[in-house]
Order: sequence, then C-alpha cells, then structure tokens
Amino acid sequence: MSPMPPILPLRVDGLCYAVHGKPLLSDISFAIGDGGCTVILGPNGAGKSLLLRLCHGLLRPSAGQVAWEGPGGHDAAMRQAMVFQHPIMLRRSVAANVDIALKVRGLAARLRSIIVAEALDRGGLTALARQPARLLSGGEQQRLAIVRALALAPQILFLDEPTANLDPGSVRQIEELVVKAQSKGTRIVMSTHDMAQARRLADEVMFLNRGRLIEYGPAEEFFNAPRSAEAQAFLRGDLHW
Amino acid sequence: MADSTDPFVLALNTLTSPALAEIVGLSLGVSLTAVAVAVVVGFPLGGALALYRFPGRGALTVVVNALMGLPPVVVGLLVYLMLSRSGPLGVFGLLFTPTAMIIAQVVLVLPITAALSRQVVEDLWREYEEQLRSLGCGTFDSLLLCLWDGRHALVTAALAGFGRASAEVGAVMIVGGNIDHVTRTMTTAIALETSKGDLALALALGAVLMTVSLSVNIAAALVRRDIRHREEATR
Repeated sequence: MSPMPPILPLRVDGLCYAVHGKPLLSDISFAIGDGGCTVILGPNGAGKSLLLRLCHGLLRPSAGQVAWEGPGGHDAAMRQAMVFQHPIMLRRSVAANVDIALKVRGLAARLRSIIVAEALDRGGLTALARQPARLLSGGEQQRLAIVRALALAPQILFLDEPTANLDPGSVRQIEELVVKAQSKGTRIVMSTHDMAQARRLADEVMFLNRGRLIEYGPAEEFFNAPRSAEAQAFLRGDLHW
Repeated sequence: MADSTDPFVLALNTLTSPALAEIVGLSLGVSLTAVAVAVVVGFPLGGALALYRFPGRGALTVVVNALMGLPPVVVGLLVYLMLSRSGPLGVFGLLFTPTAMIIAQVVLVLPITAALSRQVVEDLWREYEEQLRSLGCGTFDSLLLCLWDGRHALVTAALAGFGRASAEVGAVMIVGGNIDHVTRTMTTAIALETSKGDLALALALGAVLMTVSLSVNIAAALVRRDIRHREEATR
C-alpha cells in the first residue's frame, strides 16, 4: 500500500467523560507522538478502557477534545484500529473475519486475498483459515483479532487488556505480534493489569486513577521512581478504593 | 375396500386423486410465494428497524411485534376491501385470484419475518457494535453483515412464516373465495369438506397438510445441518 500521511501526533485536551452526571474521566490532557508503546496502567475502574474508546472515537467526550494533528488527521478513523479484551469474532471463517475488515474499507478482492493470507501467516492461523472463527481457542481468537486489526495497516493500534485471561504461551505469542507491529512503525497504546507485561513492552506509562491522569512519562522512570504517592501505592499493590 | 364407508379408508383412496394434487399445488404455490416476498422485504426491514435510529422507532417496534398476532380473518377482510370492485385497488380485478391470496398472506407473514429478523439483528449488533464501528463499517454494511451472520436464526424465522401462511384459512377464504380449480387451498377445502360432511377428503387433506409442513421443516433442518457440517468439516 502507498504510504499514507501520518495522523499522529494525537492530542487529547481537557477530556471529560460523564455518564448521568457522574464523571468517569476528568480533565485528561496529553499528547502521543510517533513511535513506541504506551501502556496505560491503573486499578479497575480507573477509566483505562474508556480512555482507549474515547481516543479511538467509539465514545464521544462529554467535554474536551481528541485531535489528530498530523497531516493525515482528517482521515484518522481509517488509519487506526482497536483490539478488545474479549475478541469479537464474526460468525464466519477465520479468513472471512479478516477479509470483511478489508472489504469494509473498499479494498478490491484480489488485493484482499493477498493481505488476508499475509495476516493469517503472521498470526500462525493459516491452517485454520477455513474454520469458523468462533470455534477457535481464546488465544487463537485474540491472535486473529490482532492480525485482523493489523491487516488494516493502522498507524496506531489501541489494545484494551488484550491478554487478560490467556495462558502464558498465548500471552507470549500476542506480545510478539505487538512488538513486531511496533517495529514496523505501528504506534501501540495498550492497557493492561499485567505488570510484568507492562515492564516488557512499555516505552511510556500512562497511570490513571479514579478517572484522572496521575502520571505520564518514560516507563523506566515510572517503575523505578514514581513521583506520585498513588503510583507508589499502586506499584506496591496497596492502592484500593 | 372401495365400498368402505370408513372415512380413514376413503381418505387413503383420495390421496391419489388429481384434484388433490391440484389443491396441494396451489396451496404450496401461494404460501411459498408469500413467504418469499415476506422474507425479501421483511428481513432487511427488520434489520433496519434494529440498526437505524429515528423518532418513533420504539413505537414501530411494538407495532410490528403486535402485528405478528394479526387475526387472519381481519387481514382477509381488509385486503378484501382494498381489492373489491369499489376498493382503491379494485381496478386490477385481483379479488378471488391466487394473487389476492398471496397479498393477504404477505400481510400475515411480513410482521413475523420483520419482527424476528429485528430481534436477530439487534442481538448480533449488541455483540458486534464496537468491532464494526472500529472497522469503520457503515450502518448499511452492518445491516447486510448482521443478516448474513444471523442466517441460521433467520431460516427459523422463515419457517415460522411458512407455518403461519400454510396453516391459516381465514384470509385465503375471504379474498380467494374457495373457488374450485382456481382458489381452493388445502385449508379452505378442509373447511368446506368438513361442513359438507365429506370427512374423508377433509382428513386426507389434513394429513397432506401436516406432511407438507413436516417435510418443509425436515428439509430446512437438513440444510442447516449440512451447512454446519461443511463449516466443521474444515476444522
């Protein structure tokens, strides 16, 4: 595919999200630049999934804005993808699950079949191509969800706890897919509860607590010398609410 | 056996008569056509009701669901009024023709195909919404996708529609007129023969009607099983 003008940086400014007047995310501002992997950390209910959905455009902010400031920003929706905690498999074959994603974007059948084959190969799913996707194991389904998202050649990939409830082998395979995508230039933004995974993958850490962005900076700094008392408590496993 | 007066024995003899074949053929033709129309129109309509947001959508959903229970005689009466000489569609001269019967049965079956497909698509959408919106799938594409992914459940919806069409007597009786060789179906013939006291023919027709219904359902079950087998054979 021809190189697309970049949509990054992503600038989030004064972002708030409330449901029935109850604020779930308050006044969040940050900018995400080119390259690397940002891991969103925080206890349950901190607003990690909401933040990912707001950035991806699945939810509309109650206040504030999400802006794609790169030259390709007007076409941002088509240049990004998301993988959910519970992979959503269409009631079709493994190959058709990837194919439909490309078809929605208007790719010609001949091009689609090439990309589908590449994607399945990347996920180690070639032998399962004609199986109904919903009969795959949890790990296979999540791999399919990731290669389906990557088949769209997104400039940025959002992942919402992609390895929750998976066995260690599956976790490793999925991390490999993510790292490989990142090395090819896809910006990664993912949430996780797996601290070891965060240490393995993160270049930057975004730490949320109770709907607020507490810390955002280099991963090494966050893990070795967290500035806020909340982050220190979180890393010790002492943060409750 | 020929001079037996037992209605069950007479019924067996009647099964081979050409008159019966004519009646069965007409019944199937009318009901299958009506179901085909109701499927082609009702499935997209029900899907649209599930996915598009517009004022009055909730009320319309309730109305469509309620229409599933329309009494066939009332539908017959309304279609009769529309098609009769002095009615708005009287100029087409459709009253007492198989076409009139198809129209009446479409009115009966359409709420079933629409209401059931609405439910099927809505359930799928609940599961798919985030993923499809993430992929940038528009509402119309989502509609087609959900109809396809709901295909197994939609076969059942079509069968429910066929059950309603093939079993009802009120609507086809009123708009068809139960004219011999023209608009006589299995159900109207059963009603007529029973009131005339010809229980043998009525019983034979009843048996045929139930056999047809069973066969259609068996065929549908085999098709579904075949699809599932083909899907699983590739594992």
